[in-house]
Amino acid sequence: MLLIHCPYCNETLPEVEFAYASEAHIARPAKPSDVSDEDWAEFLFMRSNVKGPLYERWRHIHGCGRFFNAVRDTVTDKFLTTYKAGDPRPDLSSLTEGLK
Amino acid sequence: MTRFNAFNLLKNAMSGHKNWTEQWPDSQPKSEYDVVIVGAGGHGLGAAYYLAKEHGITNIAVIDKGWLGGGNTGRNTTIIRSNYLYDESQRLFDHSVDLWQGLSQELNYNVMYSNRGCLMLAHTVHDVQSFKRHVHANRLNGVDNRWLTPEECKEYCPPINIAKDARYPVMGGALQERAGTARHDAVAWGYARGAAARGVDIIQNCAVTAIRRNAGGSVAGVETEKGFIKAKKVAVSASGHNSMVMATAGVRLPLESMPLQALVSEPVKPIFPCVVMSNAVHAYCSQSDKGELVIGSGTDQYVSYSQRGGLPLIEHTIAAISEVFPIFNRMRMLRKWGGITDNTPDRSPIIGKTPVQNLYVNCGWGTGGFKATPGSAHVFAYTIAKDEPHPINAPFTLERFRTGRLIDEAAAAAVAH
Ligand SMILES: Cc1cc2nc3c(=O)[nH]c(=O)nc-3n(C[C@H](O)[C@H](O)[C@H](O)COP(=O)(O)OP(=O)(O)OC[C@H]3O[C@@H](n4cnc5c(N)ncnc54)[C@H](O)[C@@H]3O)c2cc1C
Repeated sequence: MLLIHCPYCNETLPEVEFAYASEAHIARPAKPSDVSDEDWAEFLFMRSNVKGPLYERWRHIHGCGRFFNAVRDTVTDKFLTTYKAGDPRPDLSSLTEGLK
Repeated sequence: MTRFNAFNLLKNAMSGHKNWTEQWPDSQPKSEYDVVIVGAGGHGLGAAYYLAKEHGITNIAVIDKGWLGGGNTGRNTTIIRSNYLYDESQRLFDHSVDLWQGLSQELNYNVMYSNRGCLMLAHTVHDVQSFKRHVHANRLNGVDNRWLTPEECKEYCPPINIAKDARYPVMGGALQERAGTARHDAVAWGYARGAAARGVDIIQNCAVTAIRRNAGGSVAGVETEKGFIKAKKVAVSASGHNSMVMATAGVRLPLESMPLQALVSEPVKPIFPCVVMSNAVHAYCSQSDKGELVIGSGTDQYVSYSQRGGLPLIEHTIAAISEVFPIFNRMRMLRKWGGITDNTPDRSPIIGKTPVQNLYVNCGWGTGGFKATPGSAHVFAYTIAKDEPHPINAPFTLERFRTGRLIDEAAAAAVAH
């Protein structure tokens, strides 16, 4: 079972308290009517589906209820970090340093 | 290739079964092929088989990073059915069920297809309405499916608990009698043997690291662990890893790879006559010919390539199984495993051409592509050979995510196993 750190509650809790919410840092286009079909498909459906460190969203659904972001290695399922929604993308090289 | 028949069996029995020849050679890559298929699962091997048999293209390599059939083909719970909601899906899956009927004879290899029936239980009013809608949609297309009362469900599959006070009361079920199971490994082996006999090279333990393109953009071949292989056409059928393989050609896909787990019990005497699925409580069950209960449910919730999955899901699955079939309450489980399934947003596959010339993809089978193996391989071969989709897979384009013409089996609430 994954143990996940909620950056709002500041507690590390079992996976069953959380709901997955897919890739992070995908911003909804500011003016949807100006967006081409290609870009709209890209926003709605295309995903990087990374094998390795993936920026992703989780929601502490059975806790504070808030969305937050995480970086997790999809090969080992190990969390590299979690951070509040709206915070900038953490730099990957600093996160993976300790792992090598 | 030695054919399997009574005479050859007898002949080889005389010499203690020591003189059987290999089923397919362990090929090493040549420098050039007409078609390179990435991924030696059932879909890739099947496509090679039909390319050779029906389209006369035999200069083919099927390349796998591991051993053939070691992906989801060898990890799935082998449920075969075609009772999907939309016309497009029904045509695709029923085409496959048609091919399953004669597959053992076709391949001269026993794939142990058993049309033992698949019963989908309804536990809520919404389930009843949705499954009846499926039954009607299927019957309009001549696809087998019918409605059973709770008592008829119990009669068809006695271990089901239909007590009124059950935690998950059974309000009826949709039965497809043509549905069933088959032996997964045999499907990969049968297609591999049939393809190799027609001259196809099956290259194992050789990951494809990139797809290389010509200056003009079209496909040039594949980079592999054993060097560059030139190819006129490249077809990708690498379940779980399609996003990464295709990204090397600059093609983005609407896929997320998630672990799907399954487990089996200790073997017991025959007690479970069919496949039972319960979408609302999310668990399904059948009994293998060895006697094990084969149990599964939905994917883990997160993207992962770990081929493992988490225990909460297993706990949830077993809890549901114990409620629906209380008789199995104290049964011991032998082992569990996971496979990596690539899922599309509408839970329908993508089979067809790509924006890159001479590059084809067959992906997004998610949790339910075993049943489609013969049908999908058959239409994928057609698409590769003719450079245009077969009418059956024409709606299953990558384009549909731009046009919005989705085939939304996800919303249709049929879980896809
Ligand atoms: C636990 C579980 C239960 C399931 N139950 C059912 C079920 O009951 N009914 C049903 O219909 N479906 C079921 N499925 C889904 C089904 O197994 C798959 O949809 C189907 O087997 C996919 O077949 P395939 O040939 O496309 O993929 P695979 O058999 O996975 O083949 C893909 C191959 O590509 C290879 N590959 C990947 N990357 C590379 C690379 N870079 N280079 C070379 N080779 C590569 C892999 O090694 C693999 O062998 C289940 C899946 C799982 C995991």
